[in-house]
Amino acid sequence: MNIAVVKYNAGNIHSVRLALQRLGIDPLVTADVRKIRSADKVIFPGVGEASSAMENIRQSGIADLIPQLTQPVLGICLGLQLMCRDSEENSSKCLGIFNTAVRHFPPDDKVPHMGWNRIRDLKGDLFHEIDPDAYVYFVHSYYAELDPYTVATTDYILPFSAAMQRDNFYAVQFHPEKSGAVGEQILRNFLAL
Amino acid sequence: MLAKRIIPCLDVRDGQTVKGINFVNIREAGDPVELGAAYAEQGADELVYLDITASLEERGTFAELVEKVARTLNIPFTVGGGIRNEDDVARLLDAGADKISINTAAVNNPEMVEILAKRFGSQCVVVAIDTKHRETGDIVYIHGGRTPTQRVTQDWAREVVERGAGEILLTSMDHDGTKNGFALEITRELAENLPIPVIASGGAGSREHFVDVFKAGKADAALAASVFHFGEIPIPDLKRYLRENKIEVRL
Repeated sequence: MNIAVVKYNAGNIHSVRLALQRLGIDPLVTADVRKIRSADKVIFPGVGEASSAMENIRQSGIADLIPQLTQPVLGICLGLQLMCRDSEENSSKCLGIFNTAVRHFPPDDKVPHMGWNRIRDLKGDLFHEIDPDAYVYFVHSYYAELDPYTVATTDYILPFSAAMQRDNFYAVQFHPEKSGAVGEQILRNFLAL
Repeated sequence: MLAKRIIPCLDVRDGQTVKGINFVNIREAGDPVELGAAYAEQGADELVYLDITASLEERGTFAELVEKVARTLNIPFTVGGGIRNEDDVARLLDAGADKISINTAAVNNPEMVEILAKRFGSQCVVVAIDTKHRETGDIVYIHGGRTPTQRVTQDWAREVVERGAGEILLTSMDHDGTKNGFALEITRELAENLPIPVIASGGAGSREHFVDVFKAGKADAALAASVFHFGEIPIPDLKRYLRENKIEVRL
């Protein structure tokens, strides 16, 4: 299976690659638009700041490419946020795959939301054999609002989209690559799509 | 609700864990990679690897170890010990560590916290604070607890938050090694008043101590070494006990 991990100025690309290798997949980590287009599946990871990430993927042509992809695509963390309409993080216009706003958590508790939290109201193939209320690992200060594309919900300060799906586009706010056995199962589910 | 985290800490010298280990189901007790994987399997929420190597030459061995850990482990891990500058941090993060922890270097050069937070993101910058209670107040120590500073623990904690630290690892030197329980007062003072998570360390001896540090100490996470390494408190038992005591943990 030919898996492309989108390479740009994001922080967790290395750990996503290692997680796939633990599952027996050696992904192609690339910024090459043609290689990404021809992959069987595409993973769009990310830890970092939204506006500089958008700037980076616009320059490399990846921003134009991603919404046109027809194979399964999995956004992770910042990847999910960049797939939304816009982000409060430095007022960034994003890819608009999900017509959803990304907002900063209100300061009613510690921010970033860091650590293990539960996912509930699980829908769709990504959560095959995942227990409702399973714990996954989060690190983020911005969140995507709930909307019709939400396929998993987490509560921290308020309920937000822990995962979203529209057609072939999948996205998770948490880090499956750091979420133990549960995260591995979610990655396997994506690879099995 | 965000779960309280249980974090075993592994001291590493020359690529081997140093404290005595009494652990079932691992082939080589001193292998930090295998031990870490066993902890992850048992339900540890994160791990901390501390490089207690004294010499510069051996620092490379530690970076190699970090790479192996990153390949194996499917939960987050922090590395610390002997980090002096930005380059050390870049090397360890490149090797696959999720977070780094700095202590003496931050006290000697507080701007480093800001530089690291800007370059790598606050989420991966843990500031470790070794504190000791005195009649005059709580004082920060450096050099692995050997050298007292003029800094007041609470003030220093606030300062590192302002400079962009993502987490504080608070070790009470009065409690460390005693097995008499965590330092609840100072932990609570920081955990309640700071906008970032506080990991409590030092003094774990029983399951009740963990209940105390989460309930009375308001800690976001608790770190321990020997009670886990010697199998005195198996992590699955500890987590079940915490849940029985109405503390949110990942089981």
